[in-house]
Amino acid sequence: MPRLSYRRALTRALGDELARDEAVFLLGEDVQVGASLVTTGLAKRFGTERVRDTPLSEQAFTSFATGAALAGLRPVIEFQIPSLLFLVFEQIVNHAHKFPLMTGGQCSVPVTYLVPGSGSRTGWAGQHSDHPYSLFAHVGVVTVVPATPADAYGLLVTAIRHDDPVVVFAPAGAMDVRADVDDLTPVPLGRGRIHRFGDDVTVVAIGHLVHDALAVAEEVADQVSVEVFDPRTLYPFDIDGLAESVARTGRLVVLDDGNRSCGMAAEIIASVVERVRLLAPPRRVTRPDGAVLPFAPALDRAVQPGRAQLATAIHLTMKDSS
Amino acid sequence: MTDADPVRLYRTVRLIRRFEERAVELVHGGQIVGGVHPYLGQEGIAAGVCAALDADDVLAGTHRGHGHVLARGADPARMLAELCGRVTGLNAGRGGSMHAADLSIGVLGANAIVGASGAIITGAVWAYRRQGRDTVGVSFFGDGAVNEGMLLEAFNLAALWRVPVLFVCENNGYATTMPVAGAVAGSIAGRAAAFDIPAVQVDGQDPETVRVAAAAAVDRMRAGGGPELIEARTYRFDVHHTFEHAVRLDYRPPDEVTRGRARDPVRIQGERLTDTDRAAVDAEVEATLDAAVRFAVSSPEPDPADALTYLYASGLTARAGGG
Ligand SMILES: Cc1ncc(C[n+]2csc(CCOP(=O)(O)OP(=O)(O)O)c2C)c(N)n1
Ligand SMILES: [Mg+2]
Repeated sequence: MPRLSYRRALTRALGDELARDEAVFLLGEDVQVGASLVTTGLAKRFGTERVRDTPLSEQAFTSFATGAALAGLRPVIEFQIPSLLFLVFEQIVNHAHKFPLMTGGQCSVPVTYLVPGSGSRTGWAGQHSDHPYSLFAHVGVVTVVPATPADAYGLLVTAIRHDDPVVVFAPAGAMDVRADVDDLTPVPLGRGRIHRFGDDVTVVAIGHLVHDALAVAEEVADQVSVEVFDPRTLYPFDIDGLAESVARTGRLVVLDDGNRSCGMAAEIIASVVERVRLLAPPRRVTRPDGAVLPFAPALDRAVQPGRAQLATAIHLTMKDSS
Repeated sequence: MTDADPVRLYRTVRLIRRFEERAVELVHGGQIVGGVHPYLGQEGIAAGVCAALDADDVLAGTHRGHGHVLARGADPARMLAELCGRVTGLNAGRGGSMHAADLSIGVLGANAIVGASGAIITGAVWAYRRQGRDTVGVSFFGDGAVNEGMLLEAFNLAALWRVPVLFVCENNGYATTMPVAGAVAGSIAGRAAAFDIPAVQVDGQDPETVRVAAAAAVDRMRAGGGPELIEARTYRFDVHHTFEHAVRLDYRPPDEVTRGRARDPVRIQGERLTDTDRAAVDAEVEATLDAAVRFAVSSPEPDPADALTYLYASGLTARAGGG
């Protein structure tokens, strides 16, 4: 069984899709050399026409991709920094996302926006450490946050083949995860995955936090039986899968690397309690409201949701229902 | 290969003029909600530029976009039905005045965000050419757009990658109420020069002058040239938006309006026809628009249950909003 890193899984997905479909092309900043270490070797393999370095013009190249998609191609854009998504939010939401409806179904805009290294990169401070996936779920753009190498491969492939815009967040905290992967296949959108079965509480963890949730589940295993649910896609969300899990465990804790107000955790909790009667109030572990990640490593860590906070939330949830 | 027939050019400007006048009536009559940005006075630009295009070419327009869609050959009846929000409209009633699109004839849409069309058209033209088509593109925008970073980034991208896009700036002197002098440092043509994009200024009130300039640019682009820019000086004869028919905003001196209206593209092009030819075109346009209005106002309205049909091309359905 070959061992594959998350980062290489993304490279493999890009390479496989570029090879499979002439309509696929890649653009972004420093993608030919592969500064992100994700697009490594692709320019050599597929040529600089299809693996295009762009000037630093995020708004123009994002809408350039929209135009190319309207003309029948399948662009993939790599963004160097998660906060660049703020710069192109208008181009994605107001144009790429709205064109199919506004034209009355005359077109599709199959663009993939790939963000390798989303969230904290430790030491990159305030403007490089955001995790704005909830914004895209809010506006209804398909949003995926894979946690494992197999899902990174499978969801990126699916994103590229999908007929609507898709944002792919590849968390910095997951980029170096390695796993034994024998089968690289597309992963369907909107389908979560239970990484660990349990009886007492369902922990929903997003992206790299899945690995933290699994570690905590192991730590507390002698006291609490934790089920770990990884939604994989944030929009559309696998609410059926999660409701089924919570209906069994009766308790819900969400671990989310977004800010608290209007965050994914809030949406997940609301969607579950609309359908399932819980044994205890649900809990969420998130970044604080309005968080800006401070530079000093200890401060950066303090603002991110952590394992100790999750363990506490699990214990409190158990206590609340006893 | 451009359409130099003066009768056809006249027909286009006359069609847009009368379409816009009918649309304004329908706004006042309540059949068009939300109002329109009339293209009145600027007809010669869309007509002249589109006469220089071939079937494979593409364009994207603006909030003041009816003229571009019509000049490219969209069905006026379906266009008017779109403005009236009917299922028979070009966009099935989902787009309205500011988003009218007809991809079957290369109209990638009017676009309500100032400065947005340039980058989209640049990407589309690049993509079509990569697929072996001889496409050139047109990005229409107003003088207000020349201060939008997104458009200036698109100038750079198109010039850098030599994508044949004709950037057409419709300089009508104002962005809503803001005069060009109060908004534009340097000049519009100077922005093109900064990217080595050839630029010409033309009289946008003369449809034939616009056509000749556009045809020359399109010829050069088809022969392998990169993007070009035309600054067409024009004057909007009526309001920025029909809301101004109810609320008088004081920003254009009356004598300026009188002088502006004196140079009428419909009259200028009409004088190149015999009286008989002109009368025949006028009658034909009137009949077309009578039929278009009847079609639009008698077309069914969309079913509210289908409000979000077309939200996702992939067939994804959105969760409903109810409790
Ligand atoms: C990016 C953006 N900013 C502001 C607006 C609001 N707005 C709509 S039209 C307009 C004026 C545009 O002026 P110009 O580009 O000269 O076109 P004109 O209306 O004169 O045809 C403004 C400010 C908008 N739609 N998009
Ligand atoms: Mg203007």
